[in-house]
Amino acid sequence: MAADSGKRTPQRGARQASQPWRQQFDSWLAHHRKVARDSNQRLWRAPVASLLTWLVIGVALALPAAMLVLLGSLQGVSAGWENAARVTVYLEETVTESRARELQQRLATQAGVSGVEFIHREQALAEFREASGLGEALDYLNDNPLPHTLLVTPQDGQRSAEAIDALVANIDGLADVARVQVDLGWLQRLNVLAELLGRAAWVLALMLAAAVVLVIGNTIRLAIENRRDEILVARLVGGTDAFVRRPFLYTGVWYGLGGGIVAFLLLQISAWWLSGPIDRLAALYRSNFSLSGLSMEGTLVLLLVAVALGWLGAWLAVKRHLDAIEPE
Amino acid sequence: MIEFQQVSKRYDSDHTALRNVNFLLKRGELAFLTGHSGAGKSTLLKLIMLMERPTAGRVIVGGQELNRMPRRQIPYIRRHIGVVFQNHQLLFDRTVFDNVAMPLEVTGVPSGDIGRRVRAALDKVGLLSKEKMNPMQLSGGEQQRVGIARAVVNKPPVLLADEPTGNLDPALSADIMHLFQQFSQVGVTVLIASHDIALIRHMGRRMLTLNQGLLTDGDAMPTGEVLYGG
Ligand SMILES: Nc1ncnc2c1ncn2[C@@H]1O[C@H](COP(=O)(O)OP(=O)(O)OP(=O)(O)O)[C@@H](O)[C@H]1O
Ligand SMILES: [Mg+2]
Repeated sequence: MAADSGKRTPQRGARQASQPWRQQFDSWLAHHRKVARDSNQRLWRAPVASLLTWLVIGVALALPAAMLVLLGSLQGVSAGWENAARVTVYLEETVTESRARELQQRLATQAGVSGVEFIHREQALAEFREASGLGEALDYLNDNPLPHTLLVTPQDGQRSAEAIDALVANIDGLADVARVQVDLGWLQRLNVLAELLGRAAWVLALMLAAAVVLVIGNTIRLAIENRRDEILVARLVGGTDAFVRRPFLYTGVWYGLGGGIVAFLLLQISAWWLSGPIDRLAALYRSNFSLSGLSMEGTLVLLLVAVALGWLGAWLAVKRHLDAIEPE
Repeated sequence: MIEFQQVSKRYDSDHTALRNVNFLLKRGELAFLTGHSGAGKSTLLKLIMLMERPTAGRVIVGGQELNRMPRRQIPYIRRHIGVVFQNHQLLFDRTVFDNVAMPLEVTGVPSGDIGRRVRAALDKVGLLSKEKMNPMQLSGGEQQRVGIARAVVNKPPVLLADEPTGNLDPALSADIMHLFQQFSQVGVTVLIASHDIALIRHMGRRMLTLNQGLLTDGDAMPTGEVLYGG
């Protein structure tokens, strides 16, 4: 060895440069594989500590993910309930029954309208008497205060908020129409609630993502402390920053991936456990609501986000704690 | 191969570790660096390794001036310098083989070549049979030799050693010095910081002597002073 060391020393650089890039790339890839495997094995060598970290990350990821899944399911509900969207048209009190029926015919032929129901003022009063329970008190009224009413059902393709708004504006502009009311009822409230919930989920997601990054960052910081000697030697023999950081970045990725898998399992188990009661509840409300677990894409996104957060946490720890370790 | 031009190193505002040091080591030269404790020997070696930067002057290694070397270039310089320290900095969580393989791993040597080259280096220091052991299971002298194998495994043109024979018995020290001598014979420039005056005299090589950071004896080969060292 010593003999050829002397001959080769001067050509070192040239010899390395002439190495085919393919071989360089292969050994780089092989090193990545080795580091990935090593850092994974390291985690399994301390199974309890690693499992705890994975659980913490998993729970932190599962919470916002569960909220987002729930929101997805709620949006399914609103899609179903748009069936119920109806436009109530109150006519002027002076409008006679025949004029109202005329208007009914006219509206029925309008684009975007699937049907128009006529409700006579007397019928409306009777219904009100029933529903309100005021009963005889209403007999003291001299006149029926209610106008004739038309119930307009939009066509299937015309139930978006914009289409209904357009329809309302259109009807509102007609003569004889006193007031137009879109009857979305609790659906509307549900939508507002869903929006609120959605925002809350994102705030929660951001905060918990930060927590995941911090947990992983701190875990990596400890790993860096534990492997201080190895880092010093690697630097001493000419390891680049990238080389020295690589095992820790992979460790972060493994933490993230493990946490993502835990979160996925938590979500699937909860969805399975809750699905029975929820289906019964939904049946009571005659709703098509059903709690869907994570879709394929959802799972993929969850795992990718988990891995990205793991990598980010590791990167921050490495930036802060590893670059400061220099041999002296 | 190694050149210092009016190099000074000041750690704190008042404490100067090296003052105006000049010397030149040629390719294949072996030299000793001596001086009292705190004279600046380790500091001088650290300047070559870019573990410290000079306050003034120029350090040139292998034709490259280190002063203006940006941080991210440092690893590539270090790959051409083998180092042996007294606290040999072996890693006890892996085998002798894996310890010696580290310099090859950082340069991305294919794994097939790694085995061949690590065994060649271990063979050179007479430890081929112990490649699978943990360095903890080795004696001090053996550990020191593992450190040397690691320093030379990627055939660096420069080899630095800081007290490589401290704590070793005379026979082992002589062995290790003999190893260094062999490396210099094949063209490696070797610089050894050591207190062991007797051994250095015995080797009869060039000696750089530091005193309070000043290079008091740089070029003369010590002759006729054997009594002083003995
Ligand atoms: N990192 C540092 N910060 C401040 N002063 C330092 C540092 N390293 C060394 N010194 C000082 O520089 C001087 C030279 O130190 P150096 O370690 O080079 O001496 P040495 O010749 O190697 O000594 P020894 O034989 O004891 O190892 C000493 O006075 C020491 O106190
Ligand atoms: Mg010293």
